[in-house]
Amino acid sequence: MSVKMEEEQRQKAAVASEVAAPGVSTEQRFSIGQTSRQRSEAPVKMGVDNLNFYYGKSLALKAVSLDVTSNLVTAFIGPSGCGKSTLLRTLNRMNDVIHGIRVDGRIELDGEDIYAPGMDVVLLRRRVGMVFQKPNPFPRSIFDNVAYGLRINNMTRHRSELAERVEESLRAAAIWDEVKDRLKDSAMDLSGGQQQRLCIARALAVKPEVVLMDEPTSALDPMATQKIEELIVELKQNYTIIIVTHNMQQAARISDMTAFFWLGELIEYNQTEKMFTNPDQKMTEDYITGRFG
Amino acid sequence: MRARLIEPELARLREKLQTMANAAEQAIQSAVRALHDLDSDLADSVIFDDDAIDRMELDIDQACVDILVLKQPAASDLRFVISAARVAPVLERIADHAVNIAKLALSLKRMPLDNLEMDVSGMTAVVQSMLIDGVSAFLAGDPERAQATITRDDEVDSLYDRHYAELIQKMKANQAALEQGVQWAFVLKHLERIADYVTNICEQIVYMARGQVIKHTIW
Repeated sequence: MSVKMEEEQRQKAAVASEVAAPGVSTEQRFSIGQTSRQRSEAPVKMGVDNLNFYYGKSLALKAVSLDVTSNLVTAFIGPSGCGKSTLLRTLNRMNDVIHGIRVDGRIELDGEDIYAPGMDVVLLRRRVGMVFQKPNPFPRSIFDNVAYGLRINNMTRHRSELAERVEESLRAAAIWDEVKDRLKDSAMDLSGGQQQRLCIARALAVKPEVVLMDEPTSALDPMATQKIEELIVELKQNYTIIIVTHNMQQAARISDMTAFFWLGELIEYNQTEKMFTNPDQKMTEDYITGRFG
Repeated sequence: MRARLIEPELARLREKLQTMANAAEQAIQSAVRALHDLDSDLADSVIFDDDAIDRMELDIDQACVDILVLKQPAASDLRFVISAARVAPVLERIADHAVNIAKLALSLKRMPLDNLEMDVSGMTAVVQSMLIDGVSAFLAGDPERAQATITRDDEVDSLYDRHYAELIQKMKANQAALEQGVQWAFVLKHLERIADYVTNICEQIVYMARGQVIKHTIW
Protein backbone atom coordinates (compact mmCIF):
# COMPACT_ATOMS: atom_id res chain seq x y z
CA MET A 1 0.00 0.00 0.00
CA SER A 2 1.43 3.40 -0.91
CA VAL A 3 2.00 6.15 1.63
CA LYS A 4 -0.81 8.07 0.01
CA MET A 5 -3.27 5.20 0.45
CA GLU A 6 -2.21 4.72 4.06
CA GLU A 7 -2.88 8.38 4.70
CA GLU A 8 -6.25 7.95 3.00
CA GLN A 9 -7.08 5.03 5.27
CA ARG A 10 -6.31 7.18 8.30
CA GLN A 11 -8.44 10.00 6.99
CA LYS A 12 -11.22 7.60 6.10
CA ALA A 13 -12.31 7.07 9.66
CA ALA A 14 -12.56 10.80 10.22
CA VAL A 15 -14.42 11.44 6.98
CA ALA A 16 -16.75 8.48 7.37
CA SER A 17 -17.61 9.50 10.89
CA GLU A 18 -18.79 12.82 9.50
CA VAL A 19 -20.99 10.95 7.09
CA ALA A 20 -23.11 9.52 9.85
CA ALA A 21 -25.00 12.60 10.86
CA PRO A 22 -24.89 13.49 14.54
CA GLY A 23 -27.78 11.89 16.32
CA VAL A 24 -28.87 9.88 13.30
CA SER A 25 -27.70 6.29 13.45
CA THR A 26 -26.83 4.38 10.31
CA GLU A 27 -29.58 1.93 11.11
CA GLN A 28 -32.17 4.70 11.15
CA ARG A 29 -31.00 5.99 7.82
CA PHE A 30 -30.60 2.78 5.88
CA SER A 31 -32.77 0.13 7.39
CA ILE A 32 -34.03 -2.65 5.14
CA GLY A 33 -37.23 -1.86 3.31
CA GLN A 34 -37.08 1.73 4.35
CA THR A 35 -39.11 3.71 1.87
CA SER A 36 -38.30 7.28 2.71
CA ARG A 37 -34.80 8.52 3.18
CA GLN A 38 -33.84 10.48 6.21
CA ARG A 39 -31.21 12.90 5.08
CA SER A 40 -27.91 13.24 6.82
CA GLU A 41 -26.00 16.48 7.33
CA ALA A 42 -23.29 15.33 4.89
CA PRO A 43 -23.65 16.72 1.35
CA VAL A 44 -25.66 14.29 -0.75
CA LYS A 45 -24.57 14.12 -4.38
CA MET A 46 -26.99 11.48 -5.57
CA GLY A 47 -30.11 10.28 -3.83
CA VAL A 48 -32.04 7.11 -4.61
CA ASP A 49 -35.53 6.97 -3.16
CA ASN A 50 -37.70 3.87 -3.16
CA LEU A 51 -36.37 2.67 -6.50
CA ASN A 52 -37.97 -0.31 -8.19
CA PHE A 53 -36.42 -1.45 -11.45
CA TYR A 54 -38.02 -3.94 -13.80
CA TYR A 55 -36.60 -5.89 -16.73
CA GLY A 56 -39.95 -6.70 -18.33
CA LYS A 57 -41.92 -8.31 -15.51
CA SER A 58 -38.86 -9.21 -13.53
CA LEU A 59 -38.20 -6.96 -10.54
CA ALA A 60 -34.42 -6.41 -10.41
CA LEU A 61 -34.29 -3.74 -7.69
CA LYS A 62 -36.77 -3.64 -4.82
CA ALA A 63 -37.51 -0.40 -2.99
CA VAL A 64 -33.88 0.69 -2.88
CA SER A 65 -33.17 3.93 -1.02
CA LEU A 66 -29.74 5.36 -0.34
CA ASP A 67 -27.86 8.63 -0.39
CA VAL A 68 -24.46 8.89 -2.04
CA THR A 69 -22.27 11.46 -0.34
CA SER A 70 -20.11 13.93 -2.26
CA ASN A 71 -16.38 13.30 -2.53
CA LEU A 72 -16.49 9.85 -1.08
CA VAL A 73 -15.96 6.47 -2.68
CA THR A 74 -19.11 4.37 -2.37
CA ALA A 75 -18.85 0.66 -3.17
CA PHE A 76 -21.72 -1.60 -4.21
CA ILE A 77 -21.08 -5.25 -3.34
CA GLY A 78 -23.10 -8.43 -3.58
CA PRO A 79 -23.23 -11.67 -5.53
CA SER A 80 -23.86 -11.79 -9.28
CA GLY A 81 -27.41 -10.88 -10.15
CA CYS A 82 -28.02 -8.93 -6.93
CA GLY A 83 -28.77 -5.72 -8.81
CA LYS A 84 -25.66 -3.70 -8.05
CA SER A 85 -24.70 -3.08 -11.67
CA THR A 86 -28.33 -2.41 -12.56
CA LEU A 87 -28.46 0.27 -9.89
CA LEU A 88 -25.17 1.75 -11.07
CA ARG A 89 -26.51 2.03 -14.60
CA THR A 90 -29.71 3.71 -13.48
CA LEU A 91 -27.62 6.51 -11.99
CA ASN A 92 -26.80 7.92 -15.42
CA ARG A 93 -29.67 6.26 -17.28
CA MET A 94 -27.43 3.84 -19.14
CA ASN A 95 -30.26 1.32 -18.83
CA ASP A 96 -32.52 3.47 -21.01
CA VAL A 97 -31.25 1.73 -24.13
CA ILE A 98 -32.47 -1.67 -22.88
CA HIS A 99 -35.84 -2.64 -24.26
CA GLY A 100 -38.63 -3.29 -21.77
CA ILE A 101 -37.15 -1.74 -18.68
CA ARG A 102 -39.24 0.24 -16.20
CA VAL A 103 -38.10 2.50 -13.40
CA ASP A 104 -40.26 3.44 -10.40
CA GLY A 105 -39.13 5.78 -7.68
CA ARG A 106 -36.83 8.73 -7.78
CA ILE A 107 -33.13 9.29 -8.43
CA GLU A 108 -31.72 12.73 -7.80
CA LEU A 109 -28.51 14.43 -8.81
CA ASP A 110 -28.00 17.48 -6.61
CA GLY A 111 -31.69 17.28 -5.73
CA GLU A 112 -32.88 17.17 -9.34
CA ASP A 113 -34.89 14.17 -10.56
CA ILE A 114 -32.84 12.58 -13.35
CA TYR A 115 -35.85 10.66 -14.66
CA ALA A 116 -38.01 13.79 -14.91
CA PRO A 117 -39.50 14.51 -18.35
CA GLY A 118 -37.30 16.89 -20.25
CA MET A 119 -34.08 15.76 -18.57
CA ASP A 120 -31.18 16.18 -20.99
CA VAL A 121 -29.72 12.65 -20.85
CA VAL A 122 -26.59 13.65 -22.79
CA LEU A 123 -25.88 16.36 -20.23
CA LEU A 124 -26.67 13.92 -17.42
CA ARG A 125 -24.11 11.45 -18.73
CA ARG A 126 -21.58 14.23 -19.00
CA ARG A 127 -22.15 15.03 -15.32
CA VAL A 128 -22.27 11.36 -14.33
CA GLY A 129 -19.51 9.61 -16.24
CA MET A 130 -18.85 5.90 -16.47
CA VAL A 131 -15.92 3.51 -16.65
CA PHE A 132 -16.61 -0.07 -17.66
CA GLN A 133 -15.32 -3.47 -16.68
CA LYS A 134 -13.18 -4.03 -19.74
CA PRO A 135 -11.07 -1.15 -21.01
CA ASN A 136 -12.79 0.04 -24.17
CA PRO A 137 -10.59 2.61 -25.87
CA PHE A 138 -11.61 3.72 -29.35
CA PRO A 139 -9.29 2.45 -32.12
CA ARG A 140 -7.79 5.88 -32.42
CA SER A 141 -4.83 7.73 -30.98
CA ILE A 142 -4.34 8.22 -27.27
CA PHE A 143 -4.94 11.95 -27.73
CA ASP A 144 -8.11 11.46 -29.75
CA ASN A 145 -9.56 9.11 -27.18
CA VAL A 146 -9.38 11.74 -24.47
CA ALA A 147 -10.32 14.58 -26.82
CA TYR A 148 -13.37 12.72 -28.12
CA GLY A 149 -15.91 13.89 -25.55
CA LEU A 150 -14.54 17.42 -25.57
CA ARG A 151 -14.90 17.62 -29.35
CA ILE A 152 -18.41 16.21 -29.66
CA ASN A 153 -19.62 18.43 -26.85
CA ASN A 154 -17.80 21.50 -28.24
CA MET A 155 -16.24 22.00 -24.83
CA THR A 156 -13.08 23.76 -25.97
CA ARG A 157 -12.65 26.91 -28.02
CA HIS A 158 -9.31 26.31 -29.67
CA ARG A 159 -6.69 23.65 -30.24
CA SER A 160 -4.37 24.70 -27.40
CA GLU A 161 -7.25 24.56 -24.91
CA LEU A 162 -8.12 21.09 -26.19
CA ALA A 163 -4.49 19.99 -25.70
CA GLU A 164 -4.49 21.45 -22.20
CA ARG A 165 -7.65 19.60 -21.24
CA VAL A 166 -6.30 16.33 -22.67
CA GLU A 167 -3.08 16.73 -20.68
CA GLU A 168 -4.99 17.69 -17.53
CA SER A 169 -7.20 14.60 -17.87
CA LEU A 170 -4.29 12.26 -18.53
CA ARG A 171 -2.49 13.69 -15.50
CA ALA A 172 -5.60 13.28 -13.35
CA ALA A 173 -5.79 9.64 -14.46
CA ALA A 174 -2.12 9.15 -13.52
CA ILE A 175 -1.06 8.08 -17.01
CA TRP A 176 0.42 11.29 -18.46
CA ASP A 177 4.04 10.38 -17.75
CA GLU A 178 3.62 7.07 -19.52
CA VAL A 179 2.02 8.46 -22.69
CA LYS A 180 3.14 12.07 -23.03
CA ASP A 181 5.70 11.18 -25.71
CA ARG A 182 3.38 8.94 -27.69
CA LEU A 183 0.08 10.78 -27.79
CA LYS A 184 -0.35 10.04 -31.49
CA ASP A 185 0.14 6.28 -31.01
CA SER A 186 -2.88 4.03 -31.12
CA ALA A 187 -4.61 3.56 -27.77
CA MET A 188 -4.87 -0.11 -28.67
CA ASP A 189 -1.08 -0.44 -28.20
CA LEU A 190 -1.33 0.34 -24.49
CA SER A 191 -1.37 -2.36 -21.81
CA GLY A 192 -4.70 -3.32 -20.21
CA GLY A 193 -4.01 -1.23 -17.12
CA GLN A 194 -2.94 1.76 -19.21
CA GLN A 195 -6.02 1.40 -21.40
CA GLN A 196 -8.24 1.47 -18.32
CA ARG A 197 -6.53 4.60 -17.00
CA LEU A 198 -6.93 6.11 -20.47
CA CYS A 199 -10.66 5.34 -20.27
CA ILE A 200 -10.74 7.04 -16.89
CA ALA A 201 -8.97 10.04 -18.43
CA ARG A 202 -11.56 10.02 -21.20
CA ALA A 203 -14.32 10.02 -18.62
CA LEU A 204 -12.69 12.83 -16.65
CA ALA A 205 -12.08 15.01 -19.71
CA VAL A 206 -15.67 16.24 -19.85
CA LYS A 207 -15.44 17.23 -16.17
CA PRO A 208 -18.05 14.95 -14.65
CA GLU A 209 -19.18 15.40 -11.05
CA VAL A 210 -19.81 11.71 -10.42
CA VAL A 211 -17.82 8.81 -11.86
CA LEU A 212 -19.50 5.39 -11.97
CA MET A 213 -17.14 2.43 -12.22
CA ASP A 214 -18.41 -1.04 -13.05
CA GLU A 215 -15.79 -3.53 -11.87
CA PRO A 216 -13.02 -1.36 -13.33
CA THR A 217 -10.17 -3.68 -12.35
CA SER A 218 -11.64 -7.12 -12.87
CA ALA A 219 -9.79 -7.52 -16.17
CA LEU A 220 -6.48 -6.21 -14.83
CA ASP A 221 -3.41 -7.73 -13.19
CA PRO A 222 -2.57 -6.92 -9.54
CA MET A 223 -0.11 -4.11 -10.32
CA ALA A 224 -2.51 -2.40 -12.72
CA THR A 225 -5.28 -2.92 -10.16
CA GLN A 226 -3.22 -1.25 -7.46
CA LYS A 227 -2.61 1.78 -9.69
CA ILE A 228 -6.32 2.13 -10.44
CA GLU A 229 -7.19 1.78 -6.76
CA GLU A 230 -4.68 4.48 -5.81
CA LEU A 231 -6.11 6.63 -8.56
CA ILE A 232 -9.69 6.16 -7.34
CA VAL A 233 -8.74 7.22 -3.82
CA GLU A 234 -6.97 10.28 -5.24
CA LEU A 235 -9.87 11.18 -7.53
CA LYS A 236 -12.40 11.45 -4.74
CA GLN A 237 -10.93 14.82 -3.79
CA ASN A 238 -12.59 16.21 -6.90
CA TYR A 239 -15.24 13.66 -7.81
CA THR A 240 -17.87 11.49 -6.23
CA ILE A 241 -17.02 7.89 -7.05
CA ILE A 242 -19.40 4.95 -7.10
CA ILE A 243 -17.83 1.58 -7.79
CA VAL A 244 -19.29 -1.86 -8.32
CA THR A 245 -16.84 -4.55 -7.32
CA HIS A 246 -16.83 -8.29 -6.77
CA ASN A 247 -13.61 -7.94 -4.84
CA MET A 248 -14.53 -7.32 -1.22
CA GLN A 249 -10.96 -6.54 -0.24
CA GLN A 250 -11.02 -3.86 -2.91
CA ALA A 251 -14.18 -2.37 -1.45
CA ALA A 252 -12.54 -2.44 1.98
CA ARG A 253 -9.34 -0.84 0.68
CA ILE A 254 -10.74 2.06 -1.27
CA SER A 255 -14.31 2.86 -0.28
CA ASP A 256 -15.68 5.04 2.50
CA MET A 257 -19.22 3.66 2.32
CA THR A 258 -20.33 0.21 1.24
CA ALA A 259 -23.76 -0.98 0.15
CA PHE A 260 -24.54 -4.70 0.16
CA PHE A 261 -27.24 -5.99 -2.20
CA TRP A 262 -28.94 -9.36 -2.22
CA LEU A 263 -31.58 -10.43 -4.76
CA GLY A 264 -32.35 -6.86 -5.70
CA GLU A 265 -32.63 -5.58 -2.15
CA LEU A 266 -30.34 -3.20 -0.36
CA ILE A 267 -29.53 -5.22 2.74
CA GLU A 268 -27.13 -2.82 4.41
CA TYR A 269 -25.52 0.51 3.66
CA ASN A 270 -22.87 1.48 6.12
CA GLN A 271 -19.47 2.96 6.70
CA THR A 272 -16.92 0.60 5.16
CA GLU A 273 -15.04 0.10 8.44
CA LYS A 274 -18.26 -0.87 10.18
CA MET A 275 -19.33 -3.10 7.30
CA PHE A 276 -16.15 -5.16 7.36
CA THR A 277 -15.59 -5.35 11.11
CA ASN A 278 -19.06 -5.45 12.61
CA PRO A 279 -21.94 -5.24 10.13
CA ASP A 280 -25.42 -4.55 11.45
CA GLN A 281 -27.13 -7.24 9.38
CA LYS A 282 -26.53 -10.97 9.70
CA MET A 283 -26.85 -11.40 5.93
CA THR A 284 -24.01 -8.96 5.41
CA GLU A 285 -21.92 -10.81 7.97
CA ASP A 286 -22.63 -14.13 6.26
CA TYR A 287 -21.76 -12.72 2.84
CA ILE A 288 -18.51 -11.01 3.72
CA THR A 289 -17.30 -13.97 5.78
CA GLY A 290 -18.01 -16.30 2.86
CA ARG A 291 -20.87 -18.20 4.48
CA PHE A 292 -23.00 -17.78 1.39
CA GLY A 293 -22.94 -16.23 -2.07
CA MET B 1 -22.47 -26.50 2.03
CA ARG B 2 -18.67 -26.79 1.83
CA ALA B 3 -16.71 -25.74 4.92
CA ARG B 4 -15.09 -22.35 4.56
CA LEU B 5 -11.31 -22.45 4.04
CA ILE B 6 -10.82 -20.36 7.15
CA GLU B 7 -12.70 -22.79 9.45
CA PRO B 8 -9.86 -25.26 10.14
CA GLU B 9 -7.51 -22.34 10.85
CA LEU B 10 -9.96 -20.80 13.31
CA ALA B 11 -10.50 -24.20 14.96
CA ARG B 12 -6.75 -24.66 15.38
CA LEU B 13 -6.42 -21.18 16.86
CA ARG B 14 -9.23 -21.94 19.27
CA GLU B 15 -7.47 -25.15 20.37
CA LYS B 16 -4.19 -23.32 20.90
CA LEU B 17 -5.91 -20.73 23.08
CA GLN B 18 -7.64 -23.45 25.09
CA THR B 19 -4.32 -25.24 25.65
CA MET B 20 -2.60 -22.03 26.70
CA ALA B 21 -5.46 -21.07 29.05
CA ASN B 22 -5.35 -24.54 30.63
CA ALA B 23 -1.62 -24.17 31.16
CA ALA B 24 -2.02 -20.71 32.73
CA GLU B 25 -4.79 -21.95 35.02
CA GLN B 26 -2.68 -24.96 36.01
CA ALA B 27 0.24 -22.63 36.76
CA ILE B 28 -1.88 -20.57 39.19
CA GLN B 29 -3.22 -23.68 40.88
CA SER B 30 0.24 -25.21 41.29
CA ALA B 31 1.83 -21.95 42.42
CA VAL B 32 -0.73 -21.45 45.17
CA ARG B 33 -0.47 -25.10 46.26
CA ALA B 34 3.32 -24.72 46.36
CA LEU B 35 2.81 -21.65 48.52
CA HIS B 36 0.51 -23.37 51.00
CA ASP B 37 2.52 -26.59 51.13
CA LEU B 38 5.86 -24.77 50.85
CA ASP B 39 6.60 -27.31 48.12
CA SER B 40 9.76 -26.18 46.36
CA ASP B 41 9.61 -28.93 43.71
CA LEU B 42 6.16 -27.82 42.67
CA ALA B 43 7.25 -24.16 42.69
CA ASP B 44 10.25 -25.06 40.50
CA SER B 45 7.99 -26.86 38.05
CA VAL B 46 5.78 -23.76 37.70
CA ILE B 47 8.85 -21.66 36.90
CA PHE B 48 10.19 -24.27 34.48
CA ASP B 49 6.86 -24.75 32.67
CA ASP B 50 6.52 -21.03 32.01
CA ASP B 51 8.86 -21.29 29.02
CA ALA B 52 6.28 -23.47 27.29
CA ILE B 53 3.57 -20.87 27.94
CA ASP B 54 5.82 -18.17 26.49
CA ARG B 55 6.26 -20.28 23.36
CA MET B 56 2.49 -20.77 23.13
CA GLU B 57 2.04 -16.99 23.08
CA LEU B 58 4.45 -16.65 20.17
CA ASP B 59 2.80 -19.55 18.37
CA ILE B 60 -0.66 -17.97 18.71
CA ASP B 61 0.68 -14.62 17.60
CA GLN B 62 2.15 -16.21 14.47
CA ALA B 63 -1.08 -18.14 13.80
CA CYS B 64 -3.06 -14.88 13.98
CA VAL B 65 -0.68 -13.13 11.59
CA ASP B 66 -0.91 -16.07 9.18
CA ILE B 67 -4.71 -16.06 9.22
CA LEU B 68 -4.85 -12.29 8.72
CA VAL B 69 -2.47 -12.42 5.77
CA LEU B 70 -3.57 -15.64 4.11
CA LYS B 71 -7.29 -15.85 4.85
CA GLN B 72 -8.15 -12.14 5.11
CA PRO B 73 -10.94 -12.57 7.66
CA ALA B 74 -13.77 -10.07 7.98
CA ALA B 75 -16.47 -9.22 10.50
CA SER B 76 -16.82 -11.82 13.31
CA ASP B 77 -13.90 -13.89 11.97
CA LEU B 78 -11.72 -10.79 12.02
CA ARG B 79 -12.82 -9.86 15.53
CA PHE B 80 -12.05 -13.38 16.77
CA VAL B 81 -8.54 -13.38 15.30
CA ILE B 82 -7.80 -9.87 16.59
CA SER B 83 -9.12 -10.88 20.01
CA ALA B 84 -7.04 -14.06 20.07
CA ALA B 85 -3.94 -11.98 19.31
CA ARG B 86 -4.82 -9.71 22.23
CA VAL B 87 -5.78 -12.45 24.69
CA ALA B 88 -2.66 -14.62 24.29
CA PRO B 89 -0.31 -11.97 25.79
CA VAL B 90 -2.77 -11.52 28.67
CA LEU B 91 -2.65 -15.26 29.38
CA GLU B 92 1.14 -15.06 29.24
CA ARG B 93 1.12 -12.28 31.86
CA ILE B 94 -1.26 -14.30 34.04
CA ALA B 95 1.23 -17.16 33.91
CA ASP B 96 4.03 -14.72 34.82
CA HIS B 97 2.10 -13.81 37.97
CA ALA B 98 1.85 -17.52 38.78
CA VAL B 99 5.64 -17.74 38.37
CA ASN B 100 6.06 -14.81 40.75
CA ILE B 101 3.83 -16.55 43.32
CA ALA B 102 5.96 -19.71 42.90
CA LYS B 103 9.11 -17.66 43.50
CA LEU B 104 7.53 -16.20 46.63
CA ALA B 105 6.76 -19.76 47.78
CA LEU B 106 10.46 -20.59 47.40
CA SER B 107 11.37 -17.46 49.30
CA LEU B 108 8.91 -18.21 52.15
CA LYS B 109 10.24 -21.77 52.37
CA ARG B 110 13.66 -20.36 53.23
CA MET B 111 12.18 -18.36 56.12
CA PRO B 112 11.44 -19.65 59.64
CA LEU B 113 8.17 -21.49 59.97
CA ASP B 114 5.27 -20.55 62.27
CA ASN B 115 5.98 -16.80 62.25
CA LEU B 116 3.09 -15.76 60.05
CA GLU B 117 0.40 -17.80 58.32
CA MET B 118 -2.12 -16.68 55.76
CA ASP B 119 -4.86 -18.65 54.06
CA VAL B 120 -5.57 -17.26 50.56
CA SER B 121 -7.26 -20.41 49.23
CA GLY B 122 -10.66 -18.69 49.07
CA MET B 123 -9.28 -15.78 47.02
CA THR B 124 -7.35 -18.19 44.81
CA ALA B 125 -10.49 -20.23 44.15
CA VAL B 126 -12.37 -17.13 42.99
CA VAL B 127 -9.48 -16.04 40.74
CA GLN B 128 -9.15 -19.52 39.24
CA SER B 129 -12.85 -19.81 38.61
CA MET B 130 -12.86 -16.36 37.00
CA LEU B 131 -10.08 -17.49 34.67
CA ILE B 132 -11.89 -20.72 33.75
CA ASP B 133 -15.16 -18.84 33.16
CA GLY B 134 -13.41 -16.07 31.23
CA VAL B 135 -11.66 -18.49 28.89
CA SER B 136 -14.81 -20.58 28.39
CA ALA B 137 -16.75 -17.40 27.61
CA PHE B 138 -14.03 -16.42 25.16
CA LEU B 139 -14.08 -19.73 23.34
CA ALA B 140 -17.88 -19.75 23.29
CA GLY B 141 -18.05 -16.04 22.31
CA ASP B 142 -20.46 -15.49 25.19
CA PRO B 143 -20.60 -11.80 26.20
CA GLU B 144 -23.19 -12.33 28.97
CA ARG B 145 -20.95 -14.81 30.73
CA ALA B 146 -18.02 -12.45 30.20
CA GLN B 147 -19.87 -9.58 31.83
CA ALA B 148 -20.90 -11.81 34.74
CA THR B 149 -17.24 -12.75 35.17
CA ILE B 150 -16.16 -9.12 35.15
CA THR B 151 -18.46 -8.35 38.06
CA ARG B 152 -16.60 -10.98 40.13
CA ASP B 153 -13.49 -8.82 40.03
CA ASP B 154 -15.17 -6.76 42.77
CA GLU B 155 -15.30 -9.91 44.90
CA VAL B 156 -11.56 -10.41 44.42
CA ASP B 157 -10.88 -6.75 45.22
CA SER B 158 -12.83 -7.03 48.45
CA LEU B 159 -11.02 -10.27 49.40
CA TYR B 160 -7.76 -8.51 48.66
CA ASP B 161 -8.70 -5.62 51.00
CA ARG B 162 -9.75 -8.04 53.73
CA HIS B 163 -6.60 -10.19 53.50
CA TYR B 164 -4.42 -7.11 53.31
CA ALA B 165 -5.94 -5.67 56.48
CA GLU B 166 -5.51 -9.06 58.17
CA LEU B 167 -1.87 -9.20 57.04
CA ILE B 168 -1.12 -5.72 58.39
CA GLN B 169 -2.62 -6.73 61.76
CA LYS B 170 -0.45 -9.86 61.87
CA MET B 171 2.65 -7.91 60.91
CA LYS B 172 1.97 -5.32 63.62
CA ALA B 173 1.48 -8.07 66.16
CA ASN B 174 4.59 -9.95 65.12
CA GLN B 175 7.50 -7.70 64.12
CA ALA B 176 9.71 -10.76 63.56
CA ALA B 177 7.46 -11.77 60.67
CA LEU B 178 7.86 -8.53 58.70
CA GLU B 179 9.84 -10.10 55.89
CA GLN B 180 7.34 -12.94 55.54
CA GLY B 181 4.53 -10.40 55.64
CA VAL B 182 6.00 -8.50 52.71
CA GLN B 183 6.16 -11.75 50.70
CA TRP B 184 2.49 -12.40 51.46
CA ALA B 185 1.59 -8.85 50.44
CA PHE B 186 3.14 -9.60 47.06
CA VAL B 187 1.16 -12.84 46.81
CA LEU B 188 -2.08 -10.95 47.41
CA LYS B 189 -1.17 -8.35 44.80
CA HIS B 190 -0.34 -11.02 42.21
CA LEU B 191 -3.70 -12.74 42.74
CA GLU B 192 -5.52 -9.44 42.52
CA ARG B 193 -3.69 -8.58 39.28
CA ILE B 194 -4.61 -11.95 37.75
CA ALA B 195 -8.27 -11.12 38.31
CA ASP B 196 -7.69 -7.78 36.56
CA TYR B 197 -6.20 -9.61 33.58
CA VAL B 198 -9.19 -11.95 33.44
CA THR B 199 -11.33 -8.81 33.33
CA ASN B 200 -9.29 -7.65 30.30
CA ILE B 201 -10.00 -10.97 28.58
CA CYS B 202 -13.71 -10.58 29.30
CA GLU B 203 -13.75 -7.04 27.90
CA GLN B 204 -12.21 -8.48 24.75
CA ILE B 205 -15.02 -11.04 24.56
CA VAL B 206 -17.61 -8.26 24.43
CA TYR B 207 -15.69 -6.69 21.53
CA MET B 208 -15.41 -10.05 19.81
CA ALA B 209 -19.10 -10.86 20.12
CA ARG B 210 -20.63 -7.42 19.60
CA GLY B 211 -17.92 -5.22 18.16
CA GLN B 212 -18.40 -3.01 21.20
CA VAL B 213 -15.39 -1.64 23.07
CA ILE B 214 -16.06 -1.55 26.81
CA LYS B 215 -12.45 -1.18 27.89
CA HIS B 216 -11.83 1.87 30.08
CA THR B 217 -15.54 2.43 30.57
CA ILE B 218 -17.24 2.74 33.91
CA TRP B 219 -19.65 -0.02 34.78
